[in-house]
Order: sequence, then structure tokens, then C-alpha cells
Amino acid sequence: MTSLLSRPSSWVPLLVLLLLASVPFVAEATGQTFYIAFFARIIIYAIAACALNIALGYGGLVSFGHSLFLGLGAYAVGLASFHGVGSGWVHLLLCLGACGLVALVTGAISLRTSGIAFIMITLAFAQMGYFLFVSLKNYGGDDGLSIALGSRFGPVDLSSATSVYVAAFVVLVLSIWWLARLRVAPFGMVIRGAKQNARRVSAAGIPVVRYQLLAYVMSGMLCGVAGLLLANLNAFASPSTLAWSVSGELIVIVVIGGLGSVFGPLMGALVFLGLEEVLKGFTEHWMIIFGPLIVIVALLGKRGIVGLLERFDARPTPEATTPAPVDDTATARHAISAAKGSA
Amino acid sequence: MSSTVVLAQLLNGLQYGVLLFLLAAGLTLVFGIMSFVNLAHGSLYMMGAYFAATAFQYTGSFGWAVAAAMGGSLLLGLALEFVAVSRLYRRDHLDHVLATFGLVLFFNELVRIIWGSQPVFLQVPEFLSGAIDIGGFSYPSYRIAIIVVGLAVAVGSWLLINKTKVGMLIRAGAVNPAMVAALGVNIRLLNAMLFAVGAMLAGLAGAMAGPILSVQSGMGESVLITTLVVIVIGGIGSVTGAFYAALIVGIVDTMGRVFLPFMLRQVTERSFADAAGPALASMLVYLLMAVVLAWRPQGLFPANR
Repeated sequence: MTSLLSRPSSWVPLLVLLLLASVPFVAEATGQTFYIAFFARIIIYAIAACALNIALGYGGLVSFGHSLFLGLGAYAVGLASFHGVGSGWVHLLLCLGACGLVALVTGAISLRTSGIAFIMITLAFAQMGYFLFVSLKNYGGDDGLSIALGSRFGPVDLSSATSVYVAAFVVLVLSIWWLARLRVAPFGMVIRGAKQNARRVSAAGIPVVRYQLLAYVMSGMLCGVAGLLLANLNAFASPSTLAWSVSGELIVIVVIGGLGSVFGPLMGALVFLGLEEVLKGFTEHWMIIFGPLIVIVALLGKRGIVGLLERFDARPTPEATTPAPVDDTATARHAISAAKGSA
Repeated sequence: MSSTVVLAQLLNGLQYGVLLFLLAAGLTLVFGIMSFVNLAHGSLYMMGAYFAATAFQYTGSFGWAVAAAMGGSLLLGLALEFVAVSRLYRRDHLDHVLATFGLVLFFNELVRIIWGSQPVFLQVPEFLSGAIDIGGFSYPSYRIAIIVVGLAVAVGSWLLINKTKVGMLIRAGAVNPAMVAALGVNIRLLNAMLFAVGAMLAGLAGAMAGPILSVQSGMGESVLITTLVVIVIGGIGSVTGAFYAALIVGIVDTMGRVFLPFMLRQVTERSFADAAGPALASMLVYLLMAVVLAWRPQGLFPANR
């Protein structure tokens, strides 16, 4: 226990999780049920950010189109409910199937490129999705689609904010646990290695692109689950979920939290949406403050909140004092210049 | 479907294409030389349009409006380069995306504070408000003027890049920036200059587009994303590529929106065509980009490497 207490980068996020677990009880007791929906949104964004963290943080794949999967997840509920299907299992199957398939196809095409072109092509695919749903006039088009039938998983009905909250919380805890396992699993090692130096991993006889594609597909599917929960929370599926700014927000959340860290997405979502809410209280023009803040975060570097907390971590054993991952950008740059030199 | 409709839509596509080129020219060079992802380029376009609208309100002269747009966005581009962008060149693309995304949010809100959230109107100048008769059908002379200005900028930039010493450095920089720097050229100054000139062209595009689109907060985003498509299709760092790609994208997008629903109606049921036509039309340029990238990841007209 003392070892945990000496590591704020672990106990602070765990404390946050514990507090999040108590939110429904406190909110019900005090009658402030608004906060259930608010924190449910934070949790859902944290799940989506966890998903993006697999591709972006672990794999170094700068996807600027993850709103596509969030939207697909939301519309899996919306379209099924529109046609009178309320079964959560069908929704989940549709969501995972659609996101998996779309991620597989778009990922396979996108991974033929790298660098700027990868950012642009993922953005283009998300825009395609956006315009597709905008022009589906039968399903609400621009205005979106309200969802009469929430997802019903047997006895669990996701039509109230509290039930969505509980479901989202469980998914978040599972996602974080999964992310922690994935980070140190051979699969995670391969994609993290490929982020630093793809040629070297490739030279070790590992089919890098296949691993990256799988990471992209898993990332898309988890993001879809976040979309499914979001649609249930809002009882609404809207093309604005697929807007390019949503992809940007997800990237900001992952980076604020701490790129490639296990708890980063949770902390990032908490700070991003919390700050948004606080600033909105001061002025309707909150983005005038928020925009420059994002610029400053970008200028300062990207260790994020978890990186900040790690500074306070006690370092009892020599092997724990691994050098700060500052030099992994240096390695990456080295790899990039090596790759450029041979091109 | 008469040939005049086709011709009119071709001209519309051409006009959209040259506007895209004005945006793409500066952006592709900054991409090519410093490999910098600038999402805020659309904001410069938006600011240009607002500068033009404001100058027009005070002076009543379209010439001053264009001058204000170009001058204002040139200065804004220089300031941006100095304050934020120049500090980010050595970082990776993720930081570029993050910082310029923040700038987009900032500028969108800034214009909402200064000019309000209602669209601002910019009139077509009097001497261009008429129509020109081309082979039996009339076409608005303002749109012709846009095409002429766009083509003039294209020719001008071609001359600058292919016939001058600065142009030689730009071309060299797009191929191998490290080598050019090693030869004693101040590549960062060159890039700052290019960034500012690119900003100026974006401002010009904003001013030119002002009278035919509505000048409002967020107007830069959709055009920025289309510009990114242009750059990727054309090949990053290649101005010639950006020119051809801009015309292709402009014409494909315009023609697709007009004729695709008709064409679908010929081959499928009406109800399906009515639903799928507009959807497919608005996705067309992105499909084009996906096909191009899947086929030639380096773009159609890459800078010679």
C-alpha cells in the first residue's frame, strides 16, 4: 500500500475512479441528478479517448477521424431503434460489426500512407461518414435522429441516465484494465515499438502493418461502444457526432491526459470536459480561452497530466528510474530521418 | 440536359477550383518544406473575408476590401508564424494538429465576439455585378473575375517558383530541406515568408469568396478540409500538383452535385436515386482522395524527389 501511495500517477486516477463510482449515489441523495448525465458524458468521452489511445498513444497512428466510429456507434442504436429494434445485443452487434468492418477497410487504405497523408485520409473518411449521415434524409439528415428505444440488455435498460452511467462506468473500468494489460502484452510491445521505429520492428521479422491495422480496428470498435453509450445517454444520434471537431477534441483529450498512458484518457476527459463546463460558467465565449490553452499544451510538450503526476512519484528502486520518455521522440525522429534518407 | 448547363457548371467548377488553389498553394509549400500541418489555414481565409467585409463597409470600395484582406492576413500570418508556428516545426505532426486545432477554435470564437454570430454581407462590386455573354448564355462577370484572378495567381506563382532564385530555393526546400539548410540558406526565414504569402493568398481567397458565400464563423473549416484533400491528391509540396488537383476537385465536386442525382435516376429507382444521389455527391471528393491514395500514396503530381 505504501508503494501505491508513493505513486500519485496511480493513486490519483484510482481515486478519481472511486469518486466517479460514488457519483450516482451522491447525486440521487442530494437530488442533483444533472450531474449524473454530466459525469456520464465524461466517462463516455474517456472510453472514446481510451480507444483513440490504442491507435494514437500506443501505435503512434495520428487518426484525425475517430469521430467516425463514435458516430457509427451512435447510429447503430439510432437506426435499429428507428426500425423498432430495441435489443441491446443487436445494437452492440451492429455497432461492433459496422465499426470493425469500416475500420478494417479504411485502416487498410490509410495505412498505405503515413505522416501527414495518414492524418488527412483518416479525416477524409470521417468527413465521408459525416456527409453520408447528413444526406440520409429518411433518418433525419441534418437534424439527427431521436431514439425512442434505448438499448435493452435483458433486464438492463439503458434508457435512464443512471443506467447509462453504470454501464459506461463498467465499460470504462474494463477498458482501463484492458489498456493496462495491452500496454505490456507482446501485441502492445510490437505497436509501441513500431511507433518508435517501424523499420527496426519490421527488420525483426514482424509484419508491422498487420499489427497496426489490428490496433486500428480494435480502437475503432471500442470507440463505437462509446458512441453506443453516448446515443443512449442523449436518446439522440446526430451527424454532429461525426464532425471533424469531435475527432480533434478526442486527440486533445488523449494528449492532455498523457499520450500512451493507461490513465491518461480518463484524466484528460475529466479535465477537458470539466474545464469546458467551468469556462462556460464564466462566459459564453469560453473557446476564446480554451483555444489558446490547447495551443499552450501543444507548445509545452506532451507528457500530459499523467506525466505531471509521475514527477511526484517516489523512485525507490533503481530500475524504476527509467529515463523520462523524452528521448523516444528523439528515437522516432532518428527513425524518420533514417527512413527519409533511404527514400 | 443542354450543353449550356454543362458549360455553366464547368465554369462554376473552375471557379471553385481556382479558389481552392489560392488556399492550397501556400499550404502545400509549408507542408512540403517544414512538413507542418496547418489546420488554421482555413481561419486565415475566414479572417480575410471578415477583413474585406469590414473594409468594404468603411470605404465602399472593393479594391480596398481586397487590399485589406490581403494585407491583414499577411500580417496575421507573420504574427502566427512568429508566436506559435515557428516553435512547432521541430515537433511531430500530432503537436501541429493540436496547436492549430486550438487556433481554429480561438479564431472562430474571436470573429463571433467581434462581428457577431450572424453572417456578414460583402457585396459584389458594382463594375462586376453584371453578366458576360459567352456563346449564347450569360455568366456572372464576378465569377469570371474570380477565375481570372485565380489563373493569374497560378501563372504568377509558376513564374516565381520556376523562373526565380527564390523559387529555386523553394523547390529545393520541398525536395530536401535539410540539404538546403546545410548549404547555408536560411530555410526558416524562407518558410516564414512562404507561410505569410500563403496566408495572404488565403486572405485573398476569403475576400473573393465573400460575395458568393456567406461570411460567418466556421466558414473556413469545410473549405480547409477540401483544400487538404486537394493537397493530398496533388502530392504534398507540389504547387503544380495543387493546381491540377484543385481544378479536378473543384470540377468533380460541382459536376457531381449537379449531375450525379440525374445519372443515378437513369439507372436505379427514383426513390433510391433521390436518397443516394446527394449523399454520394458530397462524398465524391473524399472517395476520389481515397482512391488516389490507395493507388498512388504519394499523390498524382508529387514534387520531384
